[in-house]
Amino acid sequence: MNLTQLSAFEVAQKVRSGEVKAAEIAEASLAQIKAVDGVSGSPEPGNLSPEEEKKVHAFIQITRDLALAQAEKVDRMVANGEDPGLLAGVPLSVKDIFCVEGTHTTAASKIIANFVPPYTATSVQRLTDAGALVLGKVNLDEFTFGSSNESSAFQPSTNNPWQTEYVPGGSSGGSAASVAAQEVALSLGTDTGGSIRQPAAFCGVVGMKPSYGRVSRLGLIAFASSLDCPGPLSRDVRDAALMLQAMAGHDPKDSTSSILSIGNYVEALEQDVKGLRIGLSPDYEAVYYPDLESGELHTEPIQKEVHDAVLYAAEILAKAGAEIIENVPLPNTRYGIPTYFVISRVEAASNLHRFDGVKYGYRTSENVADLNELYRRSRAEGFGLEPKLRILMGMYVSAAEHASDYYQKALKVRSMIRSDFDQAFDPQGSYRLDALLTPTTATTAFKRKAVYGNSVLMQYSDQMTVASNHAGVPALTLPGGLDENGLPIGIQLIGNDFREELILRIGHAYERLTTDDAWRNVRPQVLQGEVKA
Amino acid sequence: MKDYEVIIGLETHIQLNTQTKIFCSCKADSWEAGPNTNICPVCSGLPGVLPVLNAEVVRKGALLAAAMHAHINPRSYFDRKNYFYPDLPKGYQISQFDQPIGKGGYMDLPMENGETRRVRIHNLHLEEDAGKTKTEHGERLLDFNRCGVPLVEMVTEPDLRSGEEAAQYLIRLRQLLRWIGVSEADMERGHLRCDANVSIRERGSTVLNTKTEIKNVNSIDSVRQAIGEEAKRQIELVESGGKVQSYTLDWDADSGKLKKMRSKETEADYRYFREPDLLPVILSEEEIEAIQSGLPELPLARRARFETEYQLSAYDAEILTSERSLSDYYEAAVQSYVGEAKAVANWMMNDLSRMLNDLGKTADQLTLNPQSLSEIIRMVDEGKINAATGKSLLKKVEETGKTPAKIVEDEGLSLIADSDALRKQIEAVLAGAPDEVANFRAGKESLLGWFVGQVMRSSGGKADPKRTREILLELLNKD
Repeated sequence: MNLTQLSAFEVAQKVRSGEVKAAEIAEASLAQIKAVDGVSGSPEPGNLSPEEEKKVHAFIQITRDLALAQAEKVDRMVANGEDPGLLAGVPLSVKDIFCVEGTHTTAASKIIANFVPPYTATSVQRLTDAGALVLGKVNLDEFTFGSSNESSAFQPSTNNPWQTEYVPGGSSGGSAASVAAQEVALSLGTDTGGSIRQPAAFCGVVGMKPSYGRVSRLGLIAFASSLDCPGPLSRDVRDAALMLQAMAGHDPKDSTSSILSIGNYVEALEQDVKGLRIGLSPDYEAVYYPDLESGELHTEPIQKEVHDAVLYAAEILAKAGAEIIENVPLPNTRYGIPTYFVISRVEAASNLHRFDGVKYGYRTSENVADLNELYRRSRAEGFGLEPKLRILMGMYVSAAEHASDYYQKALKVRSMIRSDFDQAFDPQGSYRLDALLTPTTATTAFKRKAVYGNSVLMQYSDQMTVASNHAGVPALTLPGGLDENGLPIGIQLIGNDFREELILRIGHAYERLTTDDAWRNVRPQVLQGEVKA
Repeated sequence: MKDYEVIIGLETHIQLNTQTKIFCSCKADSWEAGPNTNICPVCSGLPGVLPVLNAEVVRKGALLAAAMHAHINPRSYFDRKNYFYPDLPKGYQISQFDQPIGKGGYMDLPMENGETRRVRIHNLHLEEDAGKTKTEHGERLLDFNRCGVPLVEMVTEPDLRSGEEAAQYLIRLRQLLRWIGVSEADMERGHLRCDANVSIRERGSTVLNTKTEIKNVNSIDSVRQAIGEEAKRQIELVESGGKVQSYTLDWDADSGKLKKMRSKETEADYRYFREPDLLPVILSEEEIEAIQSGLPELPLARRARFETEYQLSAYDAEILTSERSLSDYYEAAVQSYVGEAKAVANWMMNDLSRMLNDLGKTADQLTLNPQSLSEIIRMVDEGKINAATGKSLLKKVEETGKTPAKIVEDEGLSLIADSDALRKQIEAVLAGAPDEVANFRAGKESLLGWFVGQVMRSSGGKADPKRTREILLELLNKD
């Protein structure tokens, strides 16, 4: 039995029953990390051997001792006949934007590369309380600012396990890659504009952005506080449901966390999709982006194979009894990225103010004449390019003389995007949808260095995901096939507020209905040579 | 010289006296705590932490808004005020901007000339305090203890016309804050801090000229002096053909001088936006009603009532309403006392006030309760004890906690008013002084006082002086 191939659900079952020890699971994970991950990302990477090109590089810190101590605790509980929790012995990686007491929490930035928080994020705490084992912290775009992982100050950045010359997506690239490469069964990521779903799609795994407020943000180093959502990445829908089950719910220390009681996400998977109303929208068939020179809005149809995968899923679900509603208008989707450019940058600039070289983190070693120079130099040397761009833009669009043109306007557009979804999901409305079925990304993964450096184009890779962040609604991505290059395609299900169980149920049905599809037998490059269990 | 008028608006920062800080569970008060000993990840701005609003801050802020006759906003918001300063660990201050908890309102100031000056309030909002920095031996030191202390910032309209009026406003505000129990309002401890905006104009004009802002006028005297100095400076400047420029000035209370801090030509841009980590502050109609109905009678209203209801002089009414506990004490004592309310006032203005001062207590902290006070006054009125005994009783009750009657009984302090007993004592005194009796009867009536003194001495001070005099005259004039 190859333990690293097991789902989280299976691991928990076997550990709880005593069939497998959590310690064995931890050792298997550590061995897999050793086999496929290569050197860990670092601010001073040095020269890399050519073999490293073929490695995943998901981790920037491996927390072996922590994982083994947690495994020992789980095994002790099992031996004592106590309940070790829903996720007993399940190997977990944590995006390095979450504080975990006693571990370095770097945000993949030089500016807090040495920060060790004295507290643990609520989401991580709940997962470990449920018996999960934290194997390490995984790489991301610096401060989560990016869609390819390449902007990390910790290099080498993560590669796509399917084909290592491709990016894993981002910003939760390390999370998606570590799950795809079977280094862990689950990863905790964050999604502000698509940062869980886009890399999950690129790496052929499941990823969920829960409703805003469903999972506590406490201990998550903020990017854009009104959009940030912690969420699960896993290899199948049931594991995502299981992980959400363990970490969702109100946190009195996060005022924006919802007080609504949580659903039974795992149980909901047992139901089929008969009678569910699933919408398709023409507004998810093309990408709209401005010409950087003229500002003119271009329209580009999405990659055909991606579009076909969505139609195929619709067909499969229709056959299983779902009702497919076509032509659901979501006309403001196309303004999602420009709106996001403004709102997320304003919040990001403010959230980054605290990194000033005064209290913790990086401080310039140069002699400085005064306080302003201390700020300027520490921030200039400590932040990478992407945070700097976001700070500049955020400061600009929220300045008193520009705020009404940009920031205030963006807030209005955001509420228009929200009302698109309100109409689609309105139980008394014309569409009465249970879910929307869309592509997760307009294209499959792109090659390393192909987009990085063009921060506008990079941002547009979140076009299909960002609207649900603006609206706060939950969205799930799951593998929906492979393109002609053998790269994974992601399809997305978007649900109404706090109806995670519905989209999980539809996603799980799709998985069952496509179990025998040929593409499901194709393995990521880094796992080739390994026999499927 | 032209006739100028000084136009003043005040910006006050009021520290609310909650148990904990506004967004975390650190103690709100760090007075005399060592630097950085009352901080946590939230108030010191570590990455990943979130603020949680202290409900008591909202309640006290709304209560203050109600006391200022302000409109209480049923839906107010917190915003981020972004700027860099080392004492601001997050790089932004969580404050309220365009939708604060209270808008409008006013406070009426009774002036010396008997008129009332209405000072309008622009708005009042909730915010967190920043920390402190200081430079020592060329090093800049930071203390975050004060970070997250709950403040109300309250800004007046430019309705004040002199340093004295501004001082009066602060005195009345301080009284009100303590009265409604939202702040200790101790200016020395920074519970009530003040910046003053000052401009001048020719009397009769209605324009608002360029103003200067004086920072750190943190005592009543400072406010009075600093504004006086600044008005004088502006008038001299304008008279000599100069123009007032928009400065920020710092008041140095030690030297009594104003120092220019910086030019305010360009306003700082704080890039305010809604604080996404907090929800809107919603107060229901019922909650607002409860806050308003929970507001006690305010000092000026009570002062006016004391004058009419108890026929007190304006002066007495002012003193007796200077503090809420003192005025509550007074009313309770009047209630249990049957005679004139004025009598209770006299006792409180003199002896009780002195005792409060000596003990450093407020009226509600006394062991001597209002009922005991009125009982003592009544005993004096009825001639059971003399006034001096009454005064000494105040202290004895306070120290022992016994009732006045019990102390009088235990220590045998009551006057000998019983005629037979007194008559016997007097007869004994007369029998022991035949010469004086003879002299008196021969016409030296001034000796009466001497006889009274002798009786007092032999009775140990307990003889009722009025009765003693009557019996003496009766016996001396008999034969």
